[in-house]
Amino acid sequence: MNRVVLIIPVVLFAVIGAFFAWGLTRDPTAIPSQLIDKPLPQFEMAAIEGLDQGFSSDELKKGEVVLLNVFGSWCVSCHIEHPFLMQLAQNDTIKIYGLNWKDEPGKGKEWLDRLGNPYTKVGDDYSGRVALDLGVTGAPETFVIDKEGKVRFRVAMPITEQYWNNTLGPMIEELRSQ
Amino acid sequence: MTPEIGHFALILAFILALVQGPVLFLSAKGEDARFAAFGQRVTVLIFVLVAVSFFSLMHAYAVSDFSVSNVFQNSHSAKPFIYKLTGTWANHEGSMLLWALILTLFSAVLAAQGRAAPRDLLLLTLGVQALIVSAFLAFILFTSNPFLRLFPAPADGTGLNPLLQDPGLAIHPPFLYLGYVGFSIPFSFAVAALIRGKADTVWARLVRPWALIAWVFLTIGIALGSWWAYYELGWGGWWAWDPVENASLMPWLAGTALIHSVRVVERRDAMKGWAVLLAITAFSLSLVGTFLVRSGVITSVHAFAVDPARGVFILMILMAAIGGSLSLFAMRANSLTATGAFVSVSREGALVVNNVLMLVACAVVFVGTFYPLFIDVLSGEKISVGAPYFNFIFAPLASVTLILAAVGTLLAWKKADLGASVKKLLPAGAAALVMAIIVAVIADRAALSGAFAMGLVVWLAGGAVIDIAGRINLFRAPFAQSLARAKGLPGAAWGAAIAHTGIALFAVGAASMSLWKTEVVQLMAEGDRAEIAGYAVTLQSVERISGPNYEAERATFLATKNDQRVLLAGERRFYPVRGMETSEAAIRARGMNDLYISFGANSSGNGWPVRLFFNPLVGFLWLGAAVTAFGGLIAFGDRGRKPAKLRDKKTAPAVVEAAPA
Repeated sequence: MNRVVLIIPVVLFAVIGAFFAWGLTRDPTAIPSQLIDKPLPQFEMAAIEGLDQGFSSDELKKGEVVLLNVFGSWCVSCHIEHPFLMQLAQNDTIKIYGLNWKDEPGKGKEWLDRLGNPYTKVGDDYSGRVALDLGVTGAPETFVIDKEGKVRFRVAMPITEQYWNNTLGPMIEELRSQ
Repeated sequence: MTPEIGHFALILAFILALVQGPVLFLSAKGEDARFAAFGQRVTVLIFVLVAVSFFSLMHAYAVSDFSVSNVFQNSHSAKPFIYKLTGTWANHEGSMLLWALILTLFSAVLAAQGRAAPRDLLLLTLGVQALIVSAFLAFILFTSNPFLRLFPAPADGTGLNPLLQDPGLAIHPPFLYLGYVGFSIPFSFAVAALIRGKADTVWARLVRPWALIAWVFLTIGIALGSWWAYYELGWGGWWAWDPVENASLMPWLAGTALIHSVRVVERRDAMKGWAVLLAITAFSLSLVGTFLVRSGVITSVHAFAVDPARGVFILMILMAAIGGSLSLFAMRANSLTATGAFVSVSREGALVVNNVLMLVACAVVFVGTFYPLFIDVLSGEKISVGAPYFNFIFAPLASVTLILAAVGTLLAWKKADLGASVKKLLPAGAAALVMAIIVAVIADRAALSGAFAMGLVVWLAGGAVIDIAGRINLFRAPFAQSLARAKGLPGAAWGAAIAHTGIALFAVGAASMSLWKTEVVQLMAEGDRAEIAGYAVTLQSVERISGPNYEAERATFLATKNDQRVLLAGERRFYPVRGMETSEAAIRARGMNDLYISFGANSSGNGWPVRLFFNPLVGFLWLGAAVTAFGGLIAFGDRGRKPAKLRDKKTAPAVVEAAPA
């Protein structure tokens, strides 16, 4: 058989292997690396049905460290996260902006009415367009945005009290002191 | 103390495997019997050591020894005992240890019963196995050690992912691994064949049973996984083209091609390079599947613990195993020359067509699965490839495969008469036509596609029946004689016919589920009624119950149709330790049809969102998979014919001569 033909499999694998190696450098659970330490992408979200104010990305760039939290009434883990967010809001620890992801009209409001509203403002992302720009892979997901409006960190799981005390809290203190 | 014994046994096994590989390679060339004997016997010792290691980890799980970090992270004292045991492999480290256990078991079996193999072939094959074992034990010891201790020991564990606390998922990974790892032996045989520059009918006879048994296990493993997803995940479907599912399907497709092509090598001494390449491909895809997609058993994006050291190590193993074997293939495949002449209209020609179809299907799955990765690397965009892509390509591909599979089994080896074979298939064609007409008349929707699909199914199953009937001279010879012939028919012939029938049965379920499944979503309070597929379903009650380690809502539904009354119960369980919810769908099987109900949380206070499915003929999926696997098992039982020079043509029973399979 022709030598060249026999080399095809190994060449093919070399190409695939190179992609794998490259892919390894990308953490699938991390935000696309280009967003970390970069300004928050521009977006404008309408209010969810039942509330009157949405927000835009500019509002998150007003010299304050804030959280942008992705949630949906359909999301089980958000249910688990919610009480702690309420605690943060009640203690005025930090401003939390809510991104209501792929929720049918009315569902988000219903959820906040029942469980309480920890959010400063809630934006409607029924189409998932904003979440796509942010590289959201699942809910809940939380972005830490610094004073200059740059994305500094992403949490791709429910925030718990323990996680806050050990990781997120200290990080936010440091960002505030910068 | 027990974990340390396990840890020590694992280190010992690793060192022995490191020594064993080179010893076997050297002794394959030399004549010194002592080194060869050492290399062979140590295979069994390594298996025993890995087994000690595995069971000491299982012991730590059984007694809930939370001083072992792995147990702390994946178990809990309040978990049912059986799930403590299965928890051993329901995590990354433990599942890798199970991988190693199965790998060394297969090596040991090969060493013990491979004496019939040519000496150098056996030693080289075991040598390649030893290299794989070394790589995996190194991976476990250096990056995924399950025996690390915690001090001070925590009071209780963090629990096992509740989705994994299920009988289906408890036995699914071992079967899948038996399949994945089983392909390591054909792989090692293939590499050995390339090294010695010889693959012949003897080689094929040795490879075939291993390829078959791996394929049978993989078939069962995939079916179990699909069945689990069907009743546990509550979405009413059985296959979602999820990367993890695809990862198991790819080696299955390559393995299917392998078991068909190895038969050509065995019977015709041809297509050797091709069979060797397929053996390499099947195991390579198993490796890719095990590692790149599932670093642990848990596959949720958010539970995926990415450890760069692990990823790099995995990639090194992949590069060495796949890159090495394919380079060897590029250099040495030319030495595998065929002796048999090749005519395109023949059994072997049909098997080539099968191989092409299987590999095209495999490539389609591969591209669909890794396309997001490629796009991400090239452009940084995150995309996903959905079920429509796969379904769009798979439906025609499967149709062509089903049509040709029936023809292929009727073609004779060497040189076949296509016209005669097609003529034999006329009854199957007629039956298929009748079936198609019946379906077209009774189907309430998708009548045309349904008629086509069900016609194909009858065609394939009919082909299998005609094949067997022809071989045993059914209706042409006295019945007793046919029966005698049926008994004398080689397992490979029976196996092929049964497996093809299994595929046909499976296709009934797959086609029916994609064409005729009905779904109703409705908000239901207690006492509310829903209608689906002629059933009136009433939500009778929802009550809170407590399980051993979960709290649950149990909903009871009453389904009535005509005068039948059926009670169904489904649950939504909450596992406090992990803070996770799972659902147990309410399923009522009526013959092959399922009435399937799952429900969500009553978050509005007005009722529970209930999803009702009527899944027609879904039972054929599981039946078909089981029959297919059984066919593989029958073929596995066929030890094949003795090499030509050993066979006395005069005394060989005529039926064997006339029985191409």
